[in-house]
Amino acid sequence: MTIAMPQKSSDVPLVTIAPPSPRKPIIMTSLAVALGAVFIWMAPSDQVTTFLFNLGDPVISIPDWEFNARIGATVFAILAVLFAAAAWPINARRGSLMLPALGVGVSLVLAFLSWVGADSRIPITGLLQGSLLLAVPLVFGAMSGVLCERSGVININIEGQLLVGAFLGAVVGSLLSNAYLGLLAAPVAGALLGLLLAVFATKYFVDQVVVGVVLNVLAVGLTGFLYTRFLTEEPDLWNNPPLLPTISIPVLSEIPILGPILFDQNVIVYLMYVVVIVIQIALFKTRWGLRLRSVGEHPEAADSVGIRVNRTRFRAVVLGAAVAGLGGAFFTLGSVGAFGREMTAGNGFIALAALIFGRWNPLGALAAALLFGFADNLQNVLSIIGSPIPSQFLLMLPYVVTIFAVVGLVGRVRAPGADGIPFRKS
Amino acid sequence: MSDPTNNDPLMDDREASTGLSGSTTADTLHPPTELTSSVTGELRRAVLGMNLLVSALAVVLALAIGAVLIALSSPNVIESAGYFFARPLDTVSAIWQSVTSAYSALFQGALINIDALREGDISRAFYPLSETLTVSAPLILAGLAVAIPFRAGLFNIGAQGQMAFAAIGGGFVGFAISLPAGVHLIVSLIAAMLFGAFYAGIVGFLKARTGAHEVITTIMLNYIAIYFLGWVLNQDWFQREGRNDPISPILSDTALFPRFFGDGLRVHAGIVVAVLAVVVLWWTLTKTTLGFKIQTVGANASAARTAGIDVGRIWIAAMLIAGAMAGLAVSMNVNGTDKVVTAGIVGNIGFDAITVALLGRGSPFGVLWAGLLFGGLRAGGLAMQASTGTPIDIVLVLQALIVLFIAAPALVRSVFRIRAGGTEALSLAKGWGT
Repeated sequence: MTIAMPQKSSDVPLVTIAPPSPRKPIIMTSLAVALGAVFIWMAPSDQVTTFLFNLGDPVISIPDWEFNARIGATVFAILAVLFAAAAWPINARRGSLMLPALGVGVSLVLAFLSWVGADSRIPITGLLQGSLLLAVPLVFGAMSGVLCERSGVININIEGQLLVGAFLGAVVGSLLSNAYLGLLAAPVAGALLGLLLAVFATKYFVDQVVVGVVLNVLAVGLTGFLYTRFLTEEPDLWNNPPLLPTISIPVLSEIPILGPILFDQNVIVYLMYVVVIVIQIALFKTRWGLRLRSVGEHPEAADSVGIRVNRTRFRAVVLGAAVAGLGGAFFTLGSVGAFGREMTAGNGFIALAALIFGRWNPLGALAAALLFGFADNLQNVLSIIGSPIPSQFLLMLPYVVTIFAVVGLVGRVRAPGADGIPFRKS
Repeated sequence: MSDPTNNDPLMDDREASTGLSGSTTADTLHPPTELTSSVTGELRRAVLGMNLLVSALAVVLALAIGAVLIALSSPNVIESAGYFFARPLDTVSAIWQSVTSAYSALFQGALINIDALREGDISRAFYPLSETLTVSAPLILAGLAVAIPFRAGLFNIGAQGQMAFAAIGGGFVGFAISLPAGVHLIVSLIAAMLFGAFYAGIVGFLKARTGAHEVITTIMLNYIAIYFLGWVLNQDWFQREGRNDPISPILSDTALFPRFFGDGLRVHAGIVVAVLAVVVLWWTLTKTTLGFKIQTVGANASAARTAGIDVGRIWIAAMLIAGAMAGLAVSMNVNGTDKVVTAGIVGNIGFDAITVALLGRGSPFGVLWAGLLFGGLRAGGLAMQASTGTPIDIVLVLQALIVLFIAAPALVRSVFRIRAGGTEALSLAKGWGT
């Protein structure tokens, strides 16, 4: 398309660029107004909400916030509307709406907390710390998806990769009584499962969705079988791994609020930071990443310049599966210790949703995974402090939020061009 | 013929019938058909079903790998392997013993109890077959709920949620209102189908209107439906009186599927409904305009759009059919075996259905056979676990391996050193794109 130049003669049709669609600002504003009004209306005007910021016994203590529930809800709702209003001029300039959207979201959550936290205390720092923990396996799973799918292989198999990682991590950690050796074994299990995915996808050209689904069933069956045969027979020997210790990073862990959330965790969480950053840089700033993305977008073109498409895909899938396997270890070594049947409980599918939600980008997937983790943990916290909403509806919350986000704000997503299409060299 | 892309069965037949042979003829025959075979060949393959020999060998291969797992994990084998060098035959016999007893229990638990048959106890002899049919019915219907969207290019992971939601409608009609026998059952089934169709329809609507990806929406709606069912089960109008746990009242007798052979055998009329659904959907897919449109959209959505098909409406239609099938599937439990609605009414059927649809290659009759096979494995697996202590999870391993091997005939052929021929790798889902 040619860009229209200002011309003297008026009968030459100009190619005009349509003004940006106001769909997103409209959605944001109506959400802010509608939900804000509900929260203000529901918040009791005669009760006090308390936000707690201190976790344990921090070096720098932040005083608790105490405020009238309705006034708090009103302030945060107005803030949400202001952020939504800011989206309009930015949208008109075709700018990124990420910051206003984030502002609207955070303000609405705070308004919501002002209502449901009336007459009780909301541990903000604990809420966020728990959210990060719940997001860890999702992030690793989504990174597995990023690597596989950017290279053109659909990865429905994340769930299975997490599960075998959790299993082998626990078993090796238990047999050797060393959590770190278990952590080394977990990615091996993931990679072995990924090897099957890679072989069937790139050598036998089996439909990748089929292989992924089937390997999930295989992972559930195998771990369940071995669990019943060995782990439940002699749990002390097979299923009693030590937990990974918490490592406080000096100085950083003493930052108020952020410190305990980000820098007072076990080694898997730190590995997660490294993995996300490395994958983001490797994919978009290195030759390796360019090649990987090229076989995922246009394998014929990549092949014509001498890139071995199926070999590149093979390696990407195995590497991705190893990352997911590592994340699986979080279920056992990083949180509860012992392995349990089907303990990944659909997290692999949520990771898949985070991957799509994050538009196949490492940072986007990270943000989506954190959102899921937050919604999940919000529900945990609210069920502890007691809330006016039935617990089932709180449990639904993360999933409802996701549907609204996908429908309203993300809309049509575009997968890598050749995602799921086998490459046969002709 | 070593090129795996040119293995269309019809092409082989044509070649054989014309009596032409030699590479030059084959070369002149193949190139022009290659392009069309990728589109129509897939459809033909789906109808033709699978290459029988490769399928049988895939099952054999899966059973062989399963046997290795059973043998390696058997306590007797492990114990006798401890003194392998003193008495090696002990290990061999322990292996033989563990594998044959497990598989014999699996087989008898799926089909027929041979001991009981010898004793002339017909009811006990056919109990396994009754169980297989009972377990198969919801699997077949839920398999259809995944298979039909597959044909339209949609990946429905949401049968689980659609079944949970449908159980609310079907169950409520089943226990809360009174109608004459038969009519009550039909009204209850229709309610379940409507609830399922509504819930699945959301997915199709969102996909058509906003482009929201069906994989995300179905996964999310699964969770939402399960929690919603949990909430409903705690409400006065749904919970059984005098109970604190989440359980509905027992359905009226008038809303239950009749059992064929009294109370001794669980098999009920639901299996007939499942087979009827298979036939109706086969007819819809192959003989009606809607079926043609569904297949066209599934083969190539953008080409279908260019040809004037309203792709969004076809997606919605495919999801509505899927939801109705999921509703029937859960009715097999609500109105058939369980007679109540509980939080666990769906079990894992919605997810098992994905494997069934894949093994059935998205064709209704394929789903029928796949559902019967997996139903048999499930029923047999329970019997095997009860009598030999082999964990039922081995059945999942077998199911996964069978689908995997059938999907990769080239692998099976290379294991058994058979020459190429027959169908090639199946392709159902069309990636993430639309």
